[in-house]
Amino acid sequence: MLPVPLRVVEANARTYRRTWKGSVVTTFLSPVLFLAAMGLGLGSLVDRETGARALEGLAYISFLAPGLLAATTMQTGASESSWPVMAGIKWIKTFDAALATPVGVPDLVAGHLVWVAVRLLMTSVVLVVVIASFGAVSLADALLAVPAAVLTGMAFAAPVTAYTASTEQETRLSSLFRFAIIPMFLFSGTFFPASQLPDWLESVAYATPLWHGVELCRGAALGTDATLPVAAHASYLLAWVAVGWSLSVRSLRRRLLP
Amino acid sequence: MKSTHRAAEPVDEAGPGPQNESNDRALVEARGLTKRFGEFVAVDAINFSIRRGEAFGFLGPNGAGKTSTMRMIAAVSPVTEGRLEVFGTDPATHGAEIRARLGVVPQSDTLDTELTVFENVYIYGRYFGLPGEVLRPRISELLEFVQLAERGDSKVEPLSGGMKRRLTIARALVNEPDLLVLDEPTTGLDPQARHALWDRLYRLKQRGVTLIITTHYMDEAEQLCDRLVVMDQAKIVAEGSPTDLIARYSTREVVELRFPVGVQERIGDRLDGLATRSEVLPDRVLLYTDDGDRTTAEITRRELAPESTVVRRSTLEDVFLRLTGRTLVD
Amino acid sequence: MSAQSLGLRVIPAAVFGRRARSVLERNLFVYKHIWIILFSGFFEPLFYLFAARVGLGQLVGDVRNGSGERIDYAAFVAPALLAASAMNGAVYESTMNIFFKLRYAKVYDGMLATPLGPFDIALGEIGWSLIRGALYAVGFIVVMWVAGLLQSPLAVLGLPAALLIGFAFAGAGMAATSFMRSWQDFDLVNLAILVLFLFSATFYPLSVYPPWLQLVAQLSPLYHGVVLIRSFTLGTLELTLLWHALFLAAMGSVGLAVSAFRLRKLLTP
Repeated sequence: MLPVPLRVVEANARTYRRTWKGSVVTTFLSPVLFLAAMGLGLGSLVDRETGARALEGLAYISFLAPGLLAATTMQTGASESSWPVMAGIKWIKTFDAALATPVGVPDLVAGHLVWVAVRLLMTSVVLVVVIASFGAVSLADALLAVPAAVLTGMAFAAPVTAYTASTEQETRLSSLFRFAIIPMFLFSGTFFPASQLPDWLESVAYATPLWHGVELCRGAALGTDATLPVAAHASYLLAWVAVGWSLSVRSLRRRLLP
Repeated sequence: MKSTHRAAEPVDEAGPGPQNESNDRALVEARGLTKRFGEFVAVDAINFSIRRGEAFGFLGPNGAGKTSTMRMIAAVSPVTEGRLEVFGTDPATHGAEIRARLGVVPQSDTLDTELTVFENVYIYGRYFGLPGEVLRPRISELLEFVQLAERGDSKVEPLSGGMKRRLTIARALVNEPDLLVLDEPTTGLDPQARHALWDRLYRLKQRGVTLIITTHYMDEAEQLCDRLVVMDQAKIVAEGSPTDLIARYSTREVVELRFPVGVQERIGDRLDGLATRSEVLPDRVLLYTDDGDRTTAEITRRELAPESTVVRRSTLEDVFLRLTGRTLVD
Repeated sequence: MSAQSLGLRVIPAAVFGRRARSVLERNLFVYKHIWIILFSGFFEPLFYLFAARVGLGQLVGDVRNGSGERIDYAAFVAPALLAASAMNGAVYESTMNIFFKLRYAKVYDGMLATPLGPFDIALGEIGWSLIRGALYAVGFIVVMWVAGLLQSPLAVLGLPAALLIGFAFAGAGMAATSFMRSWQDFDLVNLAILVLFLFSATFYPLSVYPPWLQLVAQLSPLYHGVVLIRSFTLGTLELTLLWHALFLAAMGSVGLAVSAFRLRKLLTP
């Protein structure tokens, strides 16, 4: 028999077989469009004198691509852990149904997060192939960024699951995206080096998990050194995963088994 | 331009009023009324007329065409064929005027879950073009009437099924309608809530509001309706008052017998002459008779030895099942 | 409540039918409970503007417009962000929200039991999304002014231009929504919006594209909106702007007509 958390993974995978088409748009087409519009289009303006100096001769699309990879896994991790989790708790109550079986809250959380990790892995591999086909980086180098990208996504999936489990109102979910995810998308080094930010904002950017994810992905894909040692970036992200994971179990237990 | 706009909303100017029709004229009149959705015939050339002040019922199994008929009366569904007049006007050309004088309680609540109880009624009143000064005191009265006065600031979601239903009724009354259309008003409610609702509807009737009710609860129809039609497969199969219908399609009393398994199947031929009509069901035998005591005496004399015998009065349910059959619809 | 009545008095009755106005009022009541959503919608374009200014602007430097003039990058992008946010607001309000009200909350079934008709509803909903759009537009124009990104007093025309964009997209969005069957269909809407957002001369002039792609981009309704607002904030008025405005007006009118027709079919079968 399948271990309990994997049964939850299976349930998610079966649902996904029916709904995967929709996720293609958000997880796959949207970074491709950003890459084309910003990497190629805006890149042609950036790669003239001003930008070339700021990026030390690196083509803008090469700078952007690994950043977008990290930003996309952030979005996937966060959105997979917000609306679907709210649906499980409140809208269609699949979590209640699962808890009426031998599945427990820790299994539910583990199953959910393992499933998100699988999704992140699939997304990252596809994206890496796309990035390579844009000529932004070589495929072999880009593949090195996949583990970093998955880790980045998980650093969002776990805490966002905890956040969703502890919030009653669905409007809080939109607020999370508007006031946390989108600003990070724009200011955590994806589109331009965080060092260009005003000082106070620069230190905020360094605290965001996305900035560490971008650094890791960029370092791996471009073969350059990240700002901090790889282990430091990775441990920071792992800490977010671990704390988020245990908070998820706690809030979900409080919510579903009051 | 302006004048047509105003004419479209008689509520604002004259207030709802029966001035236009004399009392003997039908409030709703249908001749050959037909509704088709593509090939499917939902309502098949039915005739009926509803008088001012009466409570008129549409009875029928699911899919008989009750809701389609109601929606045509409420001027939200165009008539395919035949003639329909509501307040003496044609819903196709005077939809807005008709709706201005109607109160509608739809089958499933269409309450605005994003608004509070008070706001639901208020905004609904605004749809009728009623000014806030008129609405505020009226809503207090209405919420009082449906026993929701304390819940004015509550959201809709936490309300119980019965409360939501009562709120829908309060909302339907905000324009002081001449005609209240209720589509299965008590489906899904517990007995307390049903009785509370019947009580409110009865009071409205006493105030002279004309009621049209669809239901598949026979006790509800017997309680509320002065006159009713039974619909089956898009047609009207019977019409009359509840007592009329029972007299016409059933007997005064019904004897219900249960026999041991094995006997039940072979009992049929031993029932001859016991009753006006008999019906052998898988679990019991029904004998329709005008004198239950005489029938039971005869059963004892024939030594049929049923496990149990119950004598009861005939109800509308017997009429209904006779007319529309026992086969499950849906 | 008084603030609402005041707001409704300011809106001329001639613009919105009296009955459509009650649909507007309903939305005002709803957002009284969830004003934070209304409020937060204002920030997204601000974030993008800030990113353009401190981030991309430093990488790109100046941009040359059609006549070869050098323009500060943030001043180039800001009007496009105003146009895009007008589009986003209108599309969100006219697709997701309307779909929810149509299929789940049954708000319109309730409305149709009253003297309101499908056209009143369509008009009221589009009117509401215009009001919401106007609030955002005014806010954003003020921010642009404070940030010194307005180069002409004509920039006040950015408000009606943003409303026109909102009208065009609300009409089209509502019409599209009436054809949708499930939430999954909204992924297509999001995709379309993203394509328009990224490729409508928003972040760089069309001259970056090869000639054939420049032609394709001109099919984008957002492109027409961007050109319109950018001309106003940069103060480069031309007669061809009429064509862009006409395009948007036509799109909104067709959308409104289709919406009312479809609502009638869906709600009063």
